[in-house]
Amino acid sequence: MSVRTVLQHADITRALTRISHEILESNRGSDDLVILGIPTRGVTLAKRIAAIIQSVDSTSVTSGVLDVTMYRDDLAQNPTRATGPTDIPAGGIDGKTVVLVDDVLYSGRTIRAALDALGDLGRPRAVRLAVLVDRGHREFPIRADFVGKNLPSSMEERINVRLEETDGSDEVTIG
Amino acid sequence: MRHLLSTQGLPRDEAIAILDVAEDMAAVSEREVKKLPTLRGKTVINLFFEDSTRTRISFEAAAKRLSADVINFAAKGSSVSKGENLKDTAQTLAAMGADAVVVRHWASGAPKTLADAGWIDAGIVNAGDGTHEHPTQALLDAFTIRRRLHGAAARGKGLDGVTVTIVGDIVHSRVARSNVWLLTTLGAHVTLVAPATLLPVNISGWPVEVSYDLDHAIAQGPDVIMMLRVQAERMKAAFFPNAREYSRQWGLNDERMAALPTSSMVMHPGPMNRGLEISAGAADSPQSTVLEQVSNGVSVRMSVLYHLLSGAVER
Repeated sequence: MSVRTVLQHADITRALTRISHEILESNRGSDDLVILGIPTRGVTLAKRIAAIIQSVDSTSVTSGVLDVTMYRDDLAQNPTRATGPTDIPAGGIDGKTVVLVDDVLYSGRTIRAALDALGDLGRPRAVRLAVLVDRGHREFPIRADFVGKNLPSSMEERINVRLEETDGSDEVTIG
Repeated sequence: MRHLLSTQGLPRDEAIAILDVAEDMAAVSEREVKKLPTLRGKTVINLFFEDSTRTRISFEAAAKRLSADVINFAAKGSSVSKGENLKDTAQTLAAMGADAVVVRHWASGAPKTLADAGWIDAGIVNAGDGTHEHPTQALLDAFTIRRRLHGAAARGKGLDGVTVTIVGDIVHSRVARSNVWLLTTLGAHVTLVAPATLLPVNISGWPVEVSYDLDHAIAQGPDVIMMLRVQAERMKAAFFPNAREYSRQWGLNDERMAALPTSSMVMHPGPMNRGLEISAGAADSPQSTVLEQVSNGVSVRMSVLYHLLSGAVER
């Protein structure tokens, strides 16, 4: 199967800029907004979205990290996974609008785990979901509020998100 | 990881992986909801043939914070006191569906027997066996040292170049043995200080230096000084003239504490004999990590249970 590039650097930047504006629009500004990335690449995307929001709205929005390893439902099927730190911005999530950020939305199981993890950290006013790529094949009643690109795919295909901060360049490939 | 029986032979990367996950477990212990759903439905049995408060409570807290069910089994007041042997006890626990057994036993090697004999198919954690090993204590000591040295940047690091002096009743101490192996695996330099009567007869295979002079060892300015409990209950002979003599020669008293660099950590695995191996002034000083060791113990044991019970079972 051949590998083709579906998003390049400029496409990713445009998608994140649009998502940032949509977040601001739906939240009517950046008040009480908490952006939480899901490791690994969701964290990078969350940082970029927070930076864009800050440049547009000129208020300080910080992003955080939500590690969901301990809440996954597939721990018994895989070798022991390393966990990572969870970093919630000062002020917590109680009464805030939390935007979860991940690179690819697939089965929805990671997001299910993230919702459980959030429940142990506080009670947000609302939880939204932003993803760079939605590839379909959901196994839970979960959908994204902000989507960079809808990418219909077969389950045999691999979607690979590369980001400059972690992988050296910005690129989304399928193949 | 299937069992945790000893730190001798524990690979460096596995040890660091346990300490790294323990960092994340420590963060859970600091938040309001101190619970994770990770081990829901798993059963952990604490099988204790010897008295213990902090280790048993620590394992119990660790298992509960990961949502495992915990059954405490103390040999006193159980069928063991009616003469039941280890095999029958193990098979009983297996029949109850134990996923992990945390075992403390007065006989060195009992956890290994449980792991190897085929009586029970659960993961075995050694919580102290005779005078052999106490691996989770060594892991929590390493975790405590690493955290004090590196703070939030501790993840992924070993203890390379750290100097650790372990003082006291080495011969009876499983804590000392586990620490010798683990700390050297992590890159630390270990020095043992003890009266000759309280050193094992042959330690030529141990990767340590030996000194008989505590004042000399303190003058070297170790990064860590670890005081061991004088285990009177295991002493069947006279190992030193009397408590006063021991305290004068081998105890960390206030004068020795003053001679120690202010950056040195003072550790003790507990329970402490205040006034014997450690003075109250040393035990309660800001350099003392005694209480940190207790709270870190829960995080490290959560990590160990996670490594034993969360992944696909290795056969």
